[in-house]
Amino acid sequence: MMAFQSVDTIRILPEIILSAFAILVMVLEPWVAARKSALGWLSLAGVIAAALATLKTAGSPGLAFGGSVSADGFSLFFVDLFLAIAALCLLGSIHYLERDRVHHGEYYALILLATVGACFMAASTDLIMIFIGLEISSISTYILAGFKRQELASNEASLKYFLLGSFATAFFLYGVALVYGLTGTTNLLRLREQAGGSPGAALAALALILMFVGLAFKVSSAPFQVWTPDVYQGAPAPVTAFLSTAPKAAAFAVLLRIFAGSLAGSGPVSFWVLWISAVLTMTVGNLAAIWQSNVKRLLAYSSIAHAGYVLVGITAGGAEGVSSVLFYLAGYALMNVGAFILVAHLAGRGERRVDVADYTALAAARPSAAALLTVFLVSLAGFPGTVGFFAKFYVFRAAVHAHLIGLVTIALLNSVVSVYYYLKIVVAMYMGEGETGVSAAAMPNALRAAVVLSVAGIFYLGLYPAPLLAALARIPKPGL
Amino acid sequence: MIPLSHVLALSMILFILGIAGFIIRRNVVTVFMCIELMLNAVNLALIGFARYQPSLDGQLFVFFVIVVAAAEAAVGLAIIVALYRNRGSLSIDEVDSMKL
Amino acid sequence: MLQDYIPVLVQLIAVVAVAGGILGASALVGKKRPTREKLSPYECGSVPVGNARERFSISFYLVGMLFILFDVEAVFLYPWAVVYKSLKWFGFIEMFVYIAILLAGYLYLWKKGALDWSR
Repeated sequence: MMAFQSVDTIRILPEIILSAFAILVMVLEPWVAARKSALGWLSLAGVIAAALATLKTAGSPGLAFGGSVSADGFSLFFVDLFLAIAALCLLGSIHYLERDRVHHGEYYALILLATVGACFMAASTDLIMIFIGLEISSISTYILAGFKRQELASNEASLKYFLLGSFATAFFLYGVALVYGLTGTTNLLRLREQAGGSPGAALAALALILMFVGLAFKVSSAPFQVWTPDVYQGAPAPVTAFLSTAPKAAAFAVLLRIFAGSLAGSGPVSFWVLWISAVLTMTVGNLAAIWQSNVKRLLAYSSIAHAGYVLVGITAGGAEGVSSVLFYLAGYALMNVGAFILVAHLAGRGERRVDVADYTALAAARPSAAALLTVFLVSLAGFPGTVGFFAKFYVFRAAVHAHLIGLVTIALLNSVVSVYYYLKIVVAMYMGEGETGVSAAAMPNALRAAVVLSVAGIFYLGLYPAPLLAALARIPKPGL
Repeated sequence: MIPLSHVLALSMILFILGIAGFIIRRNVVTVFMCIELMLNAVNLALIGFARYQPSLDGQLFVFFVIVVAAAEAAVGLAIIVALYRNRGSLSIDEVDSMKL
Repeated sequence: MLQDYIPVLVQLIAVVAVAGGILGASALVGKKRPTREKLSPYECGSVPVGNARERFSISFYLVGMLFILFDVEAVFLYPWAVVYKSLKWFGFIEMFVYIAILLAGYLYLWKKGALDWSR
């Protein structure tokens, strides 16, 4: 019987605070009739309170609740990342919901709960807890994807995300069941002790592959990426901003815990699974993105390609590989959230203006919006001076140090291809002739704050990556 | 006592039936039920394993899976109802307003 | 090995023969005098009202779903009750928090009007 200590609650304090605010927002929702945006600001206050709580958690690192949750540098990095994503998405959502007449308080509660789930995925060291975190974040995001109940595209996005997401969960779960059957435990730390001469090597490989398939769906790596374009296109754009970053990064955190950590002893199987999936993901994402005319869909394929680059870092493994992956996920979150919430604003009421053609001559009509979007796109393409450059650079360097020259070559070729479709939008904005199609509404202050913060982050990490990288290098990595 | 291999074989068969149904069936509700079948195949495997393990974790895990499956069912059916109200059909093939 | 199953086969044949024989005999020999009451669906004695194939109100679905959710949440009470004594106050407080969260959900539903049958 595990003994409860009060320090356990401190180690999951950010999650407790977020959950409390989520429940508070949900209960207050029916009472607040007129000003729903107040609930948005309340949620933001909750996120900030949770961020402050991570400082307290950092003061007492260690395992909690019988070794099922770990408060270490690795999990705290992810918790802070998710809180930042949630804050940016909330800032980008408040006016969006009002404009598109779907202003319900449940939205904010669901964003907070999805964040809680993502935090638990990153912080858990037990497969049962990881599964619960996965489901908390998944179920919340299923609803969020379909939040525009009256819109068919949103319904379809939600249905596809739900069906394929639960399908993937079943795979993950079967893998977990096999691991439990083989070893008698679901605790990753205890598994690490047992790794090696465990019985039933074939079944162990099957368990690993099943768990990988489940997580591959969540990070939308090929060939499990088919749902991504439809879901990202159909979901409300601020929701897409969230679900293309937070749940994805959380699934990567779990992949790191399982593949770089506990079950690393399984050898060539996991290496080749990762290698092949990295190559496929990058290539499929980039090649498909070239042909897209819908900006949301283009960014969806671009996010698939970025998942491929992250997988390169995971394949490289080792302390350097893991640090580079963490850096990549932080940078990717900044540029992707920024791009999607800006696109959400420019698309106008009902998100009707989402074609690349609508962005023609945007620079002449709205120079500041065009400049901000250019920063996001250029960073996604990986130009020097932005975080996108160093993110790719560190991942590729880690892969070179791991002697994965072939993989790096393919990744570099892919980055070159990706420049084409990002610059296609930039060229349309600056050199296109004619009338711009996107909304002419002025940017609301909350959205402006979120976008400017993301741009500032992109430039800061693009010009001074060293402090964050040094901090990441000091973090103890799971299983290393 | 039933040997573990029998339990596992049944669970695998159910799981594969679920996958096959998920891919073949064209009605959204049936597809959803196939997912539930897969989850219950997992439950069966967990209970089978738990009988041969010293710890009861497996059985406890089943509780969590059941609760999560119920939450998923609630959300999933709500999504299906919302889609049906807008589309008037439950065929997977008609969920195609966005190009492939 | 297969011989072990012969008794099962014998029983199977016997069951089919007896059940089929009785049903067949009553169909062949018995008199048929259908009346309105005999042909109406059996509803445990009460008089059936309306058609069985009418559309149900969506409230049935909503209430059914809510019932399932709250019903399933109760499953955690069983393992908790088993170890309640050894958990002492910690277990009590944990379950208190759990029930409080469920109550918050119930409050939300109530205020939202999800339990209002007439809506």
